Amino acid sequence: MFQSRRSNTLWNNCRTLDKDSGVRLAILFKNNARLNEETLTEEFGFSSQIRRIILEQSKRANVGHIGSNLSVADIIAALYGSILNISSPHDPERDRFILSKGHAALSLYAALFLRGFFPKEVLDTFCEDGSALGVHPEHGLDGIDFSTGSLGHGLAIGAGAALAARLQRSARRVFVLVSDAECNEGSLWETLMFAAHHRLANLIAIVDLNGQQAFGYTADVLDLSPMAGRWRAFGWDVHEVNGHDPEEISRAISTLDTTSGLPHVLIARTVFGKGVSFMEGEIKWHYWPLSDDEYQQALSEIAGIS
Amino acid sequence: VRRTFAKVLTDLAERDARIILLTGDLGYTVLEPFCERFPSRFFNMGVAEQNMLGAATGLAEAGFIPFVYSIVTFASLRSYEFIRNGPIFHQLPVRIVGVGAGFEYGNAGPSHYGLEDLGLMRIQPGITVIAPADYEQANAALQATWDSPRPVYYRLSKDDSTTVAGLNGKFELGRAQLIREGSDLAMIAVGPIAGEVAAAAEILATRGVSCTVAVVASFNPAPTDDLIRILSTVPLAITVEAHYVDGGIGSLVSEVVAEHGLRCRVVRCGVRTMPVGVCGSQDYQHRRHGLSSAALVETALSELQSIRR
Repeated sequence: MFQSRRSNTLWNNCRTLDKDSGVRLAILFKNNARLNEETLTEEFGFSSQIRRIILEQSKRANVGHIGSNLSVADIIAALYGSILNISSPHDPERDRFILSKGHAALSLYAALFLRGFFPKEVLDTFCEDGSALGVHPEHGLDGIDFSTGSLGHGLAIGAGAALAARLQRSARRVFVLVSDAECNEGSLWETLMFAAHHRLANLIAIVDLNGQQAFGYTADVLDLSPMAGRWRAFGWDVHEVNGHDPEEISRAISTLDTTSGLPHVLIARTVFGKGVSFMEGEIKWHYWPLSDDEYQQALSEIAGIS
Repeated sequence: VRRTFAKVLTDLAERDARIILLTGDLGYTVLEPFCERFPSRFFNMGVAEQNMLGAATGLAEAGFIPFVYSIVTFASLRSYEFIRNGPIFHQLPVRIVGVGAGFEYGNAGPSHYGLEDLGLMRIQPGITVIAPADYEQANAALQATWDSPRPVYYRLSKDDSTTVAGLNGKFELGRAQLIREGSDLAMIAVGPIAGEVAAAAEILATRGVSCTVAVVASFNPAPTDDLIRILSTVPLAITVEAHYVDGGIGSLVSEVVAEHGLRCRVVRCGVRTMPVGVCGSQDYQHRRHGLSSAALVETALSELQSIRR
């Protein structure tokens, strides 16, 4: 699954990041091993490395969306640790991944960097003038299949990508990560109908169910409960998982039949700001950047997770 | 042009397996030639234009050339942001086909009038915009652009029988088509309203007014050089469109005149008021908004008089 030609880059990247867990991760990649249920990303610190990059880069760039990024860090870790078949960002047969909640792009950049898609110098341009790495992802960057940022768009693109794979008789799969508040968008439900009607079994949506949005809690803004029931009513194969357990996410996806049947959705229960005590469940961390003291505390708490 | 489109697309699809057709539940009695010949390459996406444009984006990234079909307003306005953030930002070969230019949906009312699509599409730098004046020109335009690597917006007429005299199915990207040459004024038209313009020019000729008539079907890329040439030779240009006056051919011509410092007065004939609350046929709406051949003749004569004063 991991291509060997990226291993050296990855090795170097990881060494500059986190000597212990990075080296362990790099050895794993160097052996071209497949991360699976036994060699879990959490065990190798993939999630916590993503979290650390989220904190480092958002602090350096002095930008927000930290809570949203931490919310999906383990989902991204599962996808890029063990699930996605992406030997090359230009291979037409690669799995597609669409970060429909584009405001969590930093978590994706972190995973792509750790997978060796681009070097540390590129990661360090996050939000700089002239950088390809903005708050929301753009497709010009290797590893980003589609630009996102406007909510309710990514799943429709994913449905088209899944239909294309079927028409081309390809076994590739399409993963789309949506936020729960994104389910406010009517366009998303258009796609739910379309994907179910055409039984796009190669389409796998993951809902980051953290219960928060920019200006309040989802239950107070536009109540989305029961989230699983709504997707089920629209004809999807629904699975509920702990969105902070990459092993459980990985296992759930490995059991899906992506060749026939209904489109799949994982309703991933998550905690906004997961891993940083003062962010968890706090609305202000949708937009707020970190002060120096908060940054130090957040780093130490993240270090404690793995 | 709808049936011409269906026929041309079916022929092209025989040659190129990348072509697929998506419709937002429109095209009954029109698209059957395609869907009967290629049932597995035809998708009625339902009344869901945003999903249709999003799906087309995913399909195009994987190598398909999706043609997305709806009425002008639904194809362009309802899904506009998905067009911008999708095919345009990603520079993917999605074809957006809007049917019903201007007032063609007549008594269906303002929800079905296509009066701002050219302006909306033209302001996006990354999309080719094509607005044929008749079915023969539409055929030529489709043949010339169907395999473009970038997105294309087609504004198609419903009319499959009328032709604009003198146009003879000519089309070239980035060019305007001259169907009449004269020295007193130039009339520059977009879309099937060119028929009214050609008729007005005939009437003007009987009154001793010599008129250039140009048809602009390649809206982006705009025929800037041709327009400069035309506008440099006449003191008066009258733009004509079944479209709001802002954003369409009137704006385009004004920009060329201003940016190139041409000494040519521009009079914009188009829709200036919201066409709400008044039902009527296409002809009625053309008359009401000063776009009938008779109204254009009156405008031309009075404007000529005013610049000569």
